[in-house]
Amino acid sequence: MANFTPVSALIGGALIGASASLLLWLTGRIAGVSGIMHGALRERGAWRWLFVAGLAAGAGAWLWLAPPAFVPRSGFPLPLVLLAGVLVGFGTAQGGGCTSGHGVCGISRLSVRSIAATLTFMIAGMVSAFVVRHLFGVAS
Amino acid sequence: MTRVAAKNASALAAGLLFGLGLAISQMVNPRKVLDFLDVAGNWDPSLALVMAGAVGVTMLAFRFVLKRKQPLFDGEFHLSRLTRVDRPLLVGSAIFGLGWGLGGYCPGPGIAALSTGSVEALVFVAGMALGSFLYRRLGAPRS
Repeated sequence: MANFTPVSALIGGALIGASASLLLWLTGRIAGVSGIMHGALRERGAWRWLFVAGLAAGAGAWLWLAPPAFVPRSGFPLPLVLLAGVLVGFGTAQGGGCTSGHGVCGISRLSVRSIAATLTFMIAGMVSAFVVRHLFGVAS
Repeated sequence: MTRVAAKNASALAAGLLFGLGLAISQMVNPRKVLDFLDVAGNWDPSLALVMAGAVGVTMLAFRFVLKRKQPLFDGEFHLSRLTRVDRPLLVGSAIFGLGWGLGGYCPGPGIAALSTGSVEALVFVAGMALGSFLYRRLGAPRS
């Protein structure tokens, strides 16, 4: 666990929680990134695109102010990244949420659906990471 | 400021804060995410603390927010009314999890990582849009 970063994880997490609380209080919307993204692709209204733009800009601003200790990953097979994207896009549309919508907002509302979804994608993610890293030996 | 403008500004502010949180917690680094999911490797529990930090805030704040009659800039709270744990929920979440563990990106960090100029993030987000489209064509219940 040499790479464990508990303090920045808790601070970053609290900011994500503050963002979700702010969005619900001001606009009545759940800060589920997959739901906002799927909605942006097929519904009218600017707020979803603005949230998505803010997401990228907020992350970019921090990485610019405090250049990260990590080196961006390179050399990971791009076809696998594309496949990962398709699975995430399809799965979150079908399952109605992702790590933020089900994992953060749903769990804090004690939604049984969100708890079941979170357990399911956590386990599937662990199985998938194990297979990719240890059985197929894809370095990442 | 009109109500729509206030709503748009709120969404932008919430997005900025969310992105900041993802960057500070290093969740924009797919290796860090995979180091959490890969429990058989050099395990990094950081992601669990990101979730705990977020849920700690929302669990408290949502209680106060949802006691209000309505949000500040909208007529109602847009919450899911579904309660049943059904097949699409579980199958979809499993498919999402497989993709998450494959690439190390979930939707938020994938979009946030676009800001690093990473080609990977661009390919991932294009894949998500394609997956969203495929679901509409193939997987969505006919209505």
